[in-house]
Amino acid sequence: MIPAAFEYYRPTDMAGVIALLQEHGDDARVIAGGHSLIPMMKLRMADVPHLIDLQAIDGLSGITVSDGAVRIGAMTTQHDIIASAELAAAAPIMQEAALQIADPQVRYMGTVGGNVANGDPGNDMPGLMQCLDAQFHLTGPDGDRTVEARDFYEAAYMTDREDEEVLVAVTFAAPSGGYAYEKQKRKIGDYATAAAAVQITKDGGTVASASIAMTNLSDTPVWSEATADALVGTDCGDAAVKAAIAAMLGDIDPTEDNRGPVAFKRHAAGIVLGRAIARAWSRA
Amino acid sequence: MKDEVTREERVAGLKGMGCSRKRVEDARFTQGKGNYVDDVKLPGMLHGDFVRSPYAHARIKSINIDAAMALPGVTAVLTAKDLEPLSLHWMPTLAGDKQMVLADGKVLFQGQEVAFVVASDRYVAADAVELVEVEYEELEVLVDPFKSLESDVVLREDLVAEDGSIPPGAHGPRKHPNHIFKWEAGEEEATNQVIDNAEVVATEEMYYHRTHPCPLETCGSVASMDKVNGKLTLWGTFQAPHVVRTVASLLSGIEEHNIRVISPDIGGGFGNKVGVYPGYVCSIVASIVTGVPVKWVEDRMENLMSTAFARDYWMKGKISATKEGKITGLHCHVTADHGAFDACADPTKFPAGFMNICTGSYDIPTAYLGVDGVYTNKAPGGVSYRCSFRVTEAVYFIERMIEVLAIELDMDPAELRSINFIKKDQFPYTAALGWEYDSGDYQTAWDKALEAVDYKGLRAEQAQRVADFKAGKTRKVMGIGLSFFTEIVGAGPVKNCDILGMGMFDSCEIRIHPTGSAVARLGTISQGQGHATTFAQILATEIGLSADSITIEEGDTDTAPYGLGTYGSRSTPVAGAATAMAGRKIRAKAQMIAAYLLEVHDDDVEFDVDRFVVKGAPERFKTMKEIAYAAYNQAIPGLEPGLEAVSYYDPPNMTYPFGAYVCVMDIDVDTGVPEIRRFYALDDCGTRINPMVIEGQIHGGLTEALAVALGQEIAYDDMGNVKTGTLMDFFLPTAWEVPNYETDYTVTPSPHHPIGAKGVGESPHVGGVPCFSNAVQDAFRPFGNRHTNMPHDHWRIWQTANNLGLHD
Repeated sequence: MIPAAFEYYRPTDMAGVIALLQEHGDDARVIAGGHSLIPMMKLRMADVPHLIDLQAIDGLSGITVSDGAVRIGAMTTQHDIIASAELAAAAPIMQEAALQIADPQVRYMGTVGGNVANGDPGNDMPGLMQCLDAQFHLTGPDGDRTVEARDFYEAAYMTDREDEEVLVAVTFAAPSGGYAYEKQKRKIGDYATAAAAVQITKDGGTVASASIAMTNLSDTPVWSEATADALVGTDCGDAAVKAAIAAMLGDIDPTEDNRGPVAFKRHAAGIVLGRAIARAWSRA
Repeated sequence: MKDEVTREERVAGLKGMGCSRKRVEDARFTQGKGNYVDDVKLPGMLHGDFVRSPYAHARIKSINIDAAMALPGVTAVLTAKDLEPLSLHWMPTLAGDKQMVLADGKVLFQGQEVAFVVASDRYVAADAVELVEVEYEELEVLVDPFKSLESDVVLREDLVAEDGSIPPGAHGPRKHPNHIFKWEAGEEEATNQVIDNAEVVATEEMYYHRTHPCPLETCGSVASMDKVNGKLTLWGTFQAPHVVRTVASLLSGIEEHNIRVISPDIGGGFGNKVGVYPGYVCSIVASIVTGVPVKWVEDRMENLMSTAFARDYWMKGKISATKEGKITGLHCHVTADHGAFDACADPTKFPAGFMNICTGSYDIPTAYLGVDGVYTNKAPGGVSYRCSFRVTEAVYFIERMIEVLAIELDMDPAELRSINFIKKDQFPYTAALGWEYDSGDYQTAWDKALEAVDYKGLRAEQAQRVADFKAGKTRKVMGIGLSFFTEIVGAGPVKNCDILGMGMFDSCEIRIHPTGSAVARLGTISQGQGHATTFAQILATEIGLSADSITIEEGDTDTAPYGLGTYGSRSTPVAGAATAMAGRKIRAKAQMIAAYLLEVHDDDVEFDVDRFVVKGAPERFKTMKEIAYAAYNQAIPGLEPGLEAVSYYDPPNMTYPFGAYVCVMDIDVDTGVPEIRRFYALDDCGTRINPMVIEGQIHGGLTEALAVALGQEIAYDDMGNVKTGTLMDFFLPTAWEVPNYETDYTVTPSPHHPIGAKGVGESPHVGGVPCFSNAVQDAFRPFGNRHTNMPHDHWRIWQTANNLGLHD
């Protein structure tokens, strides 16, 4: 559990980071909290000859909420998410989800930026960001650009981010209505066997809008428009939920691992989604 | 002199047996001030690391070390051919087999040690490991012991004669090249007759999965060969340091007095640190070769992948009874997967440990056990993970068979146990498979447990839950897990228990200092059990000096008397007895000194808490402190100066702790998630030395039982790849997963142990695993479940529910 040798850099501005990334290409990686990258390096599954630490760069962390717009800096930790009363008011699903990520020690170090940028299908934030229809803000040698969270993930560990770009923040409009983040895991600290992020708005007795994303049930997060469509306009009763689950099952593609075979994961995904919808609807 | 202190205050002041004295070890452990093997840092020390096999079965065509040797900082790269001139490329195992230290022509399991890199620091060593080029030719992999016994693939060519015949092994004839032994106990023919003619018979097959002890500290060693004085000092994670010294001497040819083995603080053992591992041998050889100290410490993945596994027993049972539920016979056959080498850590004459305790707590007149050991392409080991030798397997087997028989009889499993308990007046009781149970009062413990949890009320609640479930009112089922266990611990009598020829006695040496404090040294070694606390309590009561004035030392073979170490709950039954006996020798001499000082006859004084008093004249006394001083400053006619004693204790029998456990569990049939609502554990470990330490032991053992029952396994794929190599997939419960435990007790002292103690560290694991498992199985019994294998992780529980049609 000892990593191969690497050069460590701690630039103090983003220009310095970009310059290093340009110099070393895919031999370089930025490190935020390190709780995904360092274990991979220690297992020698990630070879990172040049490691660029973002800790010394100002302005990368912090949560702002204004006029219904939420901005979370990439270096904001999961613990910061949990501790922010402002965020809990604006987007309570963030807190509910962050409390189910890893364990308190990891959450003190693990960051939102690292969680969404790493492209690990087991991470909770990518699906959550797709549910919230977030934007990811990247900076690179050619300046800044914004990518929709729903367009960002290509395959496991493969994203739209270029090697020379850094993800600096996520933004999203504060959601309205009911919410739920439901996650089944084997133990504290585990990735999801299945997890569902749900936001629902209500108009009278029917679902006005819905957004649903599933985690660790494919090689990328699965934002399922069909699932939401199955709910919109319904009373969110048993038939609608059943239809939503059926739609979701058409969009996920889980693989067997130590958490269980595909049939179990598909069943668990349905249960988890059903519970998330029920809880979100009860809060809508 | 007037005694102003009451007798009660004097007793309390001793902090002797029966009080919850705070653990003296914890001050350093809770402050990070422990001293573990990896804390040993010597001048000029080099670091070793292993090149390990990525394949489960392969021939080694070549090993090229040139690139590794060229890396700055690399001192040596050892392979089997370097060890061969020293005859150290193979080593004997505790089970009478031999094991490769470094791969000799082939590898037999994933993670096997192939080459040992020695470098200036750990980082260079890890880089050099990557540079060693090994060319492998893959061979057919056998991970299934049943297939192994039918395969033409020979795993151990070294155990087949040139003419193709199969020489016998350490435990008798072998029927196949991949067969290790057949071990039997009891009467098979008589048992079959009973079962064939029985009114009711239940049969079941069960797999007790492979798992692994998971101490927080992994295994490691530091070897330092002093070429000037010829002395080898070896620090290591050894649960049996004296045995390691003897083995090291026999292997290396270094005379035993020139070897000093030190077990410093050990961060948990649970059986993982009983065996001798290639890393220990390689660090010794490397130190001899380089002339400087060499450290080897494995990482977590290496620990899970290559050091001793536990369990991996395929058990087939038949149990017969009358219609009224009186058990008449038990037949058990085990196919035991031992991996690539038979490195099981059992007393020599017991290749399946004490599996023949599998008649459990029940009066079963006729029984038979047969165990076939088999080689496969998995890591060697076979240690007793927080249990005496194979006792967890035995208790799981009988406690599952009881439940299955209860289903067959359509009877309540608690009642079935009551009908069949060995009765209090039957002790000492000789079981059908040979063991003599020293003492017990099972019915009393059982009744107390059932009453404590309101067993009848629980069954009524469960019946209502079943009705509610069937009516669609709930998706949770409720299980009531029962287990009643009897352990066999404290190995053991020298007449039938040895390890590598060393009788399994243990020892204690006491020196009383002139000012009335003492040091006692034992042949055992604490790995967290709290020996420094509890052995001082035994002595305090025996010799009348405060436990706070008694230092307990273990683990340094240059100072401690010879002992067989700590595992199998043997420390209190054996070394604890030695401690009491040595204390009594001290007391006997103190009595003579007291009589001299008081100018009366030896028989005219008697011991009272912390002093000897003149019989009938309690105002005339000498305290043990005064007596200790007199031992060093008075010329007492007929007595040598000083106050010391040593005792080597050969136990006349094993001890038989027992207990009654109940687990109440709710299971979500849709997700397979179990919630433990209640866990009640009643333990009878005989005389209780420190109730707080006992409770801690029970919490720890139950937690490891929960781990094993609900998810902890070492799983392999068909290619022999380890699928559970990190703590992400290998379940190690935290406070989050652990329920609140309720503990309780009865006290049935061991009749042959000097203080009546029986050992407790492993009971909760032994009794806990079947209790958790039975809770899961019981939840599904009303829906037709008979038996499902552990580990009961979410997907397997879900599978059970699915198979029973509960998702339809």
